[in-house]
Amino acid sequence: MNAPLKQHLIDPEICIRCNTCEETCPVDAITHDSNNYVVDAARCNLCMDCIPPCPTGSIDNWRIVGAPYSLEDQFSWEELPKQEQIATGDGAEAIDADVQALIDSAHTGAGGKSVAPASALKPSVNLYNRDSAAIATVTGNYRLTHEESDVDVHHIILDLGDTPLPVLEGQSIGIVPPGVDPDGKPHRIRLYSIASPRHGERPNHNNLALTVKRETNGVCSNYMCDLKKGDKVRITGPFGATFLMPNDPAANIIMICTGTGSAPFRAFTEWRRRAMPNATGRMLLFFGARRPQDLPYFGPLQKVPDSLLGKYFAYSRVPGEKKVYVQDLMRREETMLAKLAPSPHTHIYVCGLKGMEQGVDSALDDICRSAELRWADLRDAMRSEGRYHVETY
Amino acid sequence: MTDNINVDYSTRIPNNVGLTEDRTVLRALEGWHPGYIDWWKDMGPEGFQEALVYLRTAVSVDPKGWAKFDYVKMPDYRWGVLLAPKEEGRKVNFGKHKGEPAFQEVPGEYRAMLRRLIVIQGDTEPASVEQQRHLGATAPSLYDLRNLFQVNVEEGRHLWAMVYLLHKYFGRDGREEADELLRRRSGDQDSPRMLGAFNEKTPDWLSFFMFTFFTDRDGKMQLESLAQSGFDPLSRTCRFMLTEEAHHMFVGETGVGRTIQRTCEAMKAAGITDPNEITKVRALGVIDLPTIQKKLNLHYSLTLDLFGAEISTNSANFYNAGLKGRFGETKIDDDHQLTNAFYPVLKLVDGKIVKVDEPALTALNMRLRDDYSEDCARGVERWNKIIDKEGVAFRLELPHVAFNRKIGEFRDIEVTPKGVILSAADWAKASDDYLPSVSDGEFLNSLMKPAHGVGEYASWISAPKVGIDNKPGDFEYVRIAA
Repeated sequence: MNAPLKQHLIDPEICIRCNTCEETCPVDAITHDSNNYVVDAARCNLCMDCIPPCPTGSIDNWRIVGAPYSLEDQFSWEELPKQEQIATGDGAEAIDADVQALIDSAHTGAGGKSVAPASALKPSVNLYNRDSAAIATVTGNYRLTHEESDVDVHHIILDLGDTPLPVLEGQSIGIVPPGVDPDGKPHRIRLYSIASPRHGERPNHNNLALTVKRETNGVCSNYMCDLKKGDKVRITGPFGATFLMPNDPAANIIMICTGTGSAPFRAFTEWRRRAMPNATGRMLLFFGARRPQDLPYFGPLQKVPDSLLGKYFAYSRVPGEKKVYVQDLMRREETMLAKLAPSPHTHIYVCGLKGMEQGVDSALDDICRSAELRWADLRDAMRSEGRYHVETY
Repeated sequence: MTDNINVDYSTRIPNNVGLTEDRTVLRALEGWHPGYIDWWKDMGPEGFQEALVYLRTAVSVDPKGWAKFDYVKMPDYRWGVLLAPKEEGRKVNFGKHKGEPAFQEVPGEYRAMLRRLIVIQGDTEPASVEQQRHLGATAPSLYDLRNLFQVNVEEGRHLWAMVYLLHKYFGRDGREEADELLRRRSGDQDSPRMLGAFNEKTPDWLSFFMFTFFTDRDGKMQLESLAQSGFDPLSRTCRFMLTEEAHHMFVGETGVGRTIQRTCEAMKAAGITDPNEITKVRALGVIDLPTIQKKLNLHYSLTLDLFGAEISTNSANFYNAGLKGRFGETKIDDDHQLTNAFYPVLKLVDGKIVKVDEPALTALNMRLRDDYSEDCARGVERWNKIIDKEGVAFRLELPHVAFNRKIGEFRDIEVTPKGVILSAADWAKASDDYLPSVSDGEFLNSLMKPAHGVGEYASWISAPKVGIDNKPGDFEYVRIAA
């Protein structure tokens, strides 16, 4: 049997046959008959151009297959086939279609197919799923934001005991919240980026940390934020095979985040601090929050030396002060960023809410223009070399 | 700076047409802007202007930047001027100028004709916003409320697209026409909108879904044939609008589909096998299938009138001049001039409905309408699949094209949905079986209760299979009390 591959498919029950995807596809991989719109697996290069313009979401379907479904198969479908049980191969970030959809959606802001940094270690993915979840024990749960803040962000430490769960900085795990929704279906799995480095929140302990913001009516976030020491949590994953750290002390790492988007960057910073204390590459963190009181890890971050991490904090809601966003600070640091941008050692990571993408993108556009570079071209080149990463939700 | 892909947000009017370097047009549009905002506040969605709505905005016209989602108050939505990227070396593809370079400026001889095409298209855009302005109060869910508003802001943007062309290419006449677009009102006695279907009321959500399925699909056909235009700025404008129009088709098709789904499920659960047991079905708080068929009959027939008379010299002139093509013009294999071609047209001859071959040039409205009907029929079949899958014995069908027509060949006769000609007296007796009656309207109204809670859906409609932007079912698509 061939190595399993990830096949792009269109859900015939949801598609309205508007032809937008066929019009958009740059490699003519999408075609139709009088029944269905279909994707030719031999042509589709997973460029994702067709995903945003689709009005229905029917375009965003994926199956891991041993042999791809033919066009004839797809023309005849009235509904999508179920995911068959197939041993996972390389390339996929997750085998579960729901989880893969979450990851794909988070990565769309990069503007194309995500690629891991060339020097990154090979991650393990999909070791545990809903039916065979890993069980972890809560060993700590601390509020990270100031007591006056109405933003409630928690640092939660989970101990895996004897269960192996190898992770890399930038990967996520899934949390299975207990209970069922009003329709009697089990609650959806939620993904959280790991905030600790690969060898544990405490070095050489089989544990990891998550950064979780309490959301009003959020089933999983409330469950997580209310956990007590000793509680057991069901974990799936790990997931993610591209938003990873370069394993290269010469790499410059520019990290741009808001809120809990800081989680993977805490992991990056900790790993570099512990494993590469004399690294020549620079690490820069642009971090936005409404106020200092709302910024997760505000206290601990103050103690990280500037030689390890250049820190730029933007606050958008400090009474009496002008609103400042991460993109404003980036523009302020134009000279430095314009110098780093063209270097083949530079990696850029964006993590946080979807809303930040546009501002960051246009700041990078301006910064590049000042250096007579075209951001759109540079971005595409960096992305294909695994040096530009976006994870927004 | 613009590179014709990315959108310039530095001016008040986001655009990818280089407005910063085109000061005259920029000033004209900035002058028009306050009137537009006043119109939106007066005639746009009633009661939700302060709500935060999870909307999609284009930040560039390439696929990557096409759909950025975020919460926005509708009056703050960034309406802009977006044209599809220019194709170098594009030609006029049909009519007597076939093979010449596409027009980048308005040819003097076609000025009036072109302006009329743009004004008619432009007039429909604000009209539908006006027609739908009261619907928010009875939305069957936050998801549907968000979809309504997305449709509304995009219709607003389509108005901007047409107004840009008027300001840019038609000088003072264009500016006056642009002002008139804000002055006419849907259904107004003294200054109604230009086309009949755009002066009808949209009394309930089933009407809204039918409207977006049938009437916005006419919009799609018109835009597609204008996207073929030899006048390049019009072509590029319409090409980008089509991508947005697809969302409106989606709202209509899935809205009706979810209504059907819910009805069939409720019937099954209650053990009702005969879809014509209307009283019993209605008692379940869902819309019976025969009433859905009547609504379909109404909206399909009203929309057919929008295609105009079957035989039209105007449409021949538009085509000859290279201004408006056929649906999928460049994919059709013929001479693209139609000088000696014929096309079969349904006509009323000696009291009978018969097919007559007419010169293809004057039959272009008919041809576009046939393409439209074919597109509608495929959508109706997908609705029938839902009914089949639930095991209910019922089929929805498009009525005959002569049914309930006010314009064209069949305006003076009455026919059944199957195409049988009726006397006036027979029609009067039977019309309530074919079109929604007053009591049908009252029943529908009784169901129109708002479901504005997070994750909540009204009794008569199913939840969607997939959320917008892949959001989960309990996502708060509209923050009403923002």
